[in-house]
Amino acid sequence: MASAKINIPQDTFLVGIGSSPGIAIGESFLLHRDRLTVVRRSISAEEVTAEIAIFKRALKLSQAQLREVKDGVSDRRLVDHLYIIDTHLLILEDEMLINDTVELIENELINAETALHNTVQKFKKVFAGIEDEYLRDRLSDIESVGDRILCNLTGETRQSLADVDQQVVVIAHDLSPADTLQIDRSKIIGFVTDVGGRTSHTSILARSLGVPAVVGLETVTALVPGGIPVIMDGTNGTLILNPSELTFREYLRKKQDYEYQEKELLSYRKLPAVTRDGYHVSLQSNIELPMEISLALSQGTEGVGLMRSEFLFMGRPVPPDEEEQFNAYLEVVNRMAPHPVTIRTLDVGGDKFVPEINLSDEMNPSMGLRGIRFSLNERQMFNSQLRAILRASASGPIRVMFPMITGVAELRQCLECLEKAKMELRQEGIAFDEQIPAGIMIETPSAALIADLLAGEADFFSIGTNDLIQYCLAVDRANEHIAYLYEPLHPAVLRALSLTCKAAQKHDIPVSMCGEMAGDPLYTLILLGLGISELSMNPAGIPRVKRILRQVDRAAGAEILDELLQLPTAQEVALRLENRMATLFPDLFGDPTL
Amino acid sequence: MMIIKKLKIKNRLGLHARAAAQLVKAANQFSSEIHVEKDGENVNAKSIMGILMLAAVCGSEITVQIEGPDADVAMIAIEEMVDDGFGED
Repeated sequence: MASAKINIPQDTFLVGIGSSPGIAIGESFLLHRDRLTVVRRSISAEEVTAEIAIFKRALKLSQAQLREVKDGVSDRRLVDHLYIIDTHLLILEDEMLINDTVELIENELINAETALHNTVQKFKKVFAGIEDEYLRDRLSDIESVGDRILCNLTGETRQSLADVDQQVVVIAHDLSPADTLQIDRSKIIGFVTDVGGRTSHTSILARSLGVPAVVGLETVTALVPGGIPVIMDGTNGTLILNPSELTFREYLRKKQDYEYQEKELLSYRKLPAVTRDGYHVSLQSNIELPMEISLALSQGTEGVGLMRSEFLFMGRPVPPDEEEQFNAYLEVVNRMAPHPVTIRTLDVGGDKFVPEINLSDEMNPSMGLRGIRFSLNERQMFNSQLRAILRASASGPIRVMFPMITGVAELRQCLECLEKAKMELRQEGIAFDEQIPAGIMIETPSAALIADLLAGEADFFSIGTNDLIQYCLAVDRANEHIAYLYEPLHPAVLRALSLTCKAAQKHDIPVSMCGEMAGDPLYTLILLGLGISELSMNPAGIPRVKRILRQVDRAAGAEILDELLQLPTAQEVALRLENRMATLFPDLFGDPTL
Repeated sequence: MMIIKKLKIKNRLGLHARAAAQLVKAANQFSSEIHVEKDGENVNAKSIMGILMLAAVCGSEITVQIEGPDADVAMIAIEEMVDDGFGED
């Protein structure tokens, strides 16, 4: 351990996925989860009864430990996750696990550890063959229980997060539900893991607890020993090992700023998002999973501006039927009421992966069969989704939105499909909102160029900046060689935005924005200048954007927008905007070290 | 008494951890023998490993076979649970 410590140079930066915001400064705590070694030992026939008793005792002990974990959880935010422990308890009582192990001890005359190990291996093989990703992952539950029994058999003690007695940043390959449920907020100040993404179990738990987390660092457990000083920034996914005094001071200040801002921003939650000249901009949330609604509501959201329906279709062999979709949409509508919910029809292809829908290999998937093209190609599936959305609209304000529209003909086809679904429901006597607004995403250059034509037939626009920028500039942002060309402030992007908004204003339809630009406070002023009336973003971004809005007016937005539209390069635009924002909000955009 | 019934899994995640745990807990409340079959695989409904191994995703059909003194009540309880999508959504 000591040698590893010496080998890490000062200020080593590692970058992963920031999945829960905030900064933590402290000592690393490496959670060891090495494979346990099982020593095979033959036993005599006389020893069998005793060996089985040893096995049963280990089961009892494991049960007691898990019950303790379960009883120890008092945090209301974690109660929803307790069922995982129940599952583990049932595995401990499972007759297949117990009988198979006992039989192995009896028939092969081997020690309990080996017998248990072999039984778990057998289950592992069966589970590895399961096609469904989610169900296959349950193997980790069985492994986790198996490891616990093994530890109790061998008397080996495993590190538990409950044993941590000082403030630490936990470094782990992955955290099991039992691990995460045991954390003490006053001790564990951050999570760093090799695996995981924004929607993994650890990330969701970290966000609901307000603990900063960086996931997907791949090999961090191999690189970082326990007990060294680290700094982590869960906002941008950075982990710094052995920070220099300079870095330490810099992050200490960032941490204080962040905490101060969070506190201050809290006071904005309940205030209306109104500019100085009395213009209201509706600040809404982008939502993927229904469980994100509570977070959105706690941030003062005024609706769901983008409900991605893809989650319903993920990781399963059969697409969800109308009933299942209806129930999912209904839950969101009921929980958000009286606020509006905008549901985007299935948007697969490009970077999204839906294994059950066989997209044949495409050379250029982001320009291939995706978004609305896919839905128009799968009419039956599209029809059930539209019917489900319509039915949910009887219970609260819903808007339906079509992704990746490139022309008026496409929009008309969508509207025909919607009309057909409405007709069916009318005939069946099923209630829905006859006036349900049907709008489109503006995310292709063609849609922006003919926004005036589209505005005549769509009820609203929602600008998806991520794709619009990508298509406008012909830049794949996931390609590291050209990522520098992904410039939100490129004059071509600004003009596309301006064209879209002007066309919408002329036809008197509302424009919202639901891409990353909507949630970045740097752009709030120009979006106001464009006349965008709804901004939909990651819920955590709402208080910050609201703070900007409340201190500016539309004239200031129009003024900076006019200036920026005259500038020839993205760099010049960015510099001008950053300077303006730094003048207006020195605490948010001014960098005192400059 | 022996009752056999085909049921369709309706909840989005299928017989995943939470749903499987609910089913197993319910099955254990009855003295009848309860078996579940899917695609030729037959498991004991009182075993969580068995239920998980069925890999019954949303939309799949399972056959529930109950034999014993309280088979009728057990079937009602299990059917209700499955049809209700295990109280999800």
